[in-house]
Amino acid sequence: MNELSVSVSPSSSATHLPEAPAKVTARNLNFYYGEHHALRNINLTLGTNRVTAFIGPSGCGKSTLLRIFNRMYDLYPGQRAVGELKLDNTNILDPKLDLNLLRARVGMVFQKPTPFPMTIYENIAFGIRLYERIPKSEMDGRVERALRGGALWNEVKDKLNASGLSLSGGQQQRLCIARTVAVRPEVILFDEPCSALDPISTAKVEELIQELSENYTIAIVTHNMQQAARVSDKTAFMYLGELIEFDDTSKIFTSPGDRRTQDYITGRFG
Amino acid sequence: MASEHTAKAFDSDLQELTRLVAEMGGLAERMIVESVDALVRHDVALGQRVVAADLEIDNMQHSIEERAVLTIARRQPMAIDLREIVGAMRVAIDLERIGDLAKNMGKRVAALESDFHPLKLIRGLEHMTDLVQQQVKTVLDAYAAHDLPAAMTVWKGDEEVDAICTSLFRELLTYMMEDPRNISFCIHLMFCAKNIERIGDHATNIAETVFYMIEGQQIQDKRPKGDMTTFATTVPGN
Repeated sequence: MNELSVSVSPSSSATHLPEAPAKVTARNLNFYYGEHHALRNINLTLGTNRVTAFIGPSGCGKSTLLRIFNRMYDLYPGQRAVGELKLDNTNILDPKLDLNLLRARVGMVFQKPTPFPMTIYENIAFGIRLYERIPKSEMDGRVERALRGGALWNEVKDKLNASGLSLSGGQQQRLCIARTVAVRPEVILFDEPCSALDPISTAKVEELIQELSENYTIAIVTHNMQQAARVSDKTAFMYLGELIEFDDTSKIFTSPGDRRTQDYITGRFG
Repeated sequence: MASEHTAKAFDSDLQELTRLVAEMGGLAERMIVESVDALVRHDVALGQRVVAADLEIDNMQHSIEERAVLTIARRQPMAIDLREIVGAMRVAIDLERIGDLAKNMGKRVAALESDFHPLKLIRGLEHMTDLVQQQVKTVLDAYAAHDLPAAMTVWKGDEEVDAICTSLFRELLTYMMEDPRNISFCIHLMFCAKNIERIGDHATNIAETVFYMIEGQQIQDKRPKGDMTTFATTVPGN
C-alpha cells in the first residue's frame, strides 16, 4: 500500500458499526472430541444485541463452537472444552455451573424444528414452568408475548390448543424461536435455523432474527452466505477448527482480509 | 488473479465481462484517435464515422450492464467477484462517456471550415491526444491485468494533459482577440481540447475503479490537478 502512497477512505458510517459491549467472550478456547482437537485457540467476542454469523465449510467447527456457548456438549461423554469462555462475568466452563440456568440464559434453535408433541400453548408454557411458577392468567400473557416475539401470534391465536406438530415447517421453526424467547434468555444461538425452510419462511425467520437483535445477543451458524450477509452485524469465518477472520459483515463480504475467507465466500474452495 | 471457482461457469461469466470491456475499450481508443485525425486532416467523412461509432459503443455499454446484472442475479457474487462486476460496470460507463466526447469532436469537423489552421495549435492538440490515448490504453491494460501500480501511474499522470490544455486555452484566447474571424474556429478547437482533457479524467476514473477492484477500498486522496482553464485569461493588447 505504501509504495503507492495514496490514502483510502475509512469505511463510512453506513457500513461500519460501533463496537458493542461484550456479552460472550472466548479466550484461547479449545475443544476436544476425545483425542480429536476440534477447535484451536478461539478468541472472539459476541457484542451485546449484535448478530454474529459463523460461516465455514462443513466440519470447520462452527456448530461445535455454538454448542460450547450453552454447554450442549456436556450431554456427551469424552467431549471437553479448555480455555476461557465467559457470559458477562459468568464462567461458562465452570464445572459447578447450573446448566439449566445457563441454558435459560443462552437459548438455542436447531436446524430442524423440534416442537414438543403437545399443544401450541403448552409448547411455550412448558419451558416457562421449568423455571418459574406463575398463575394461569400471567402465563397466558407470557405465551402471547412469546408467540408475538416469534412472529407467530397472528397465525395461531385462534388455535392455541392445536398440536404444535400441525403447523407448517416454517411455523414450527418460529414456534421453537417463540419457545426460546419465552424463558427470556440473553443470548440466542441459531444452528442453521433456515436450512429446512422454504424461501418465504426463511425470509420470515430472518426478519425475526433482525427484530430479536434489538433485545438479544444472537449467534447464527449458517451455510447460506447470503443469509449471513443479510442478517448479521459481524461474521466469523472458521476453517479446520480455527477462527480465520472475524470482522464487520460488510467488510467480510465485500473485501475480506484473509485469502482463505475470500476463496470460501467466492466459491473457490477445494 | 484468484484461482478458479468451483462453479466453472462463473469463471466464464467473469471472463466474458472482462472481454467485453476490453473490446469496448478498443473501440473507445480508436474513436479518440480518429476524431482528432479527422480534425487535423479536416476529414469530414472520418468525423462522421466516429459519430456513427458512438451508437456501437452505447450498445456495448448496455450489453455489459445487462450481463453484469444477470451475473449478479445468477451467482450472488461476493468480495473480489462482486467488485470485479461492479468495476466492469463502472469502466463501461466511463468508456461510454469517452465515446460521447469523441463523437462530439467528430461532429465539429464539418464546422471547422476555415483557412486558419495555426500549426502550433494543431500540434498541441495532437500531443495532448497522444498523451490521453496512452493514458486510456495503459489504464485499460491495467484493468485487464489487475496491475495496480500501472493504474496508479495513470491516476497520478494526468497533470501534463491538464497543463497543455491550459496553455492551449491561453493561446486560443489570444488568437480570438487578434482577429474576430478566428473566433468560430478557436471556439470549436477549445471545446475539442476540453473534450480531450475530460477523456483524461475518465482514464483516471478507471484507475480509481481498478484500485477499488483490487484493494476493496476507495481512494481518498485528491488527484494532482493542473487544469487551470477555469482561470485562463488574457490581457487585451498583450
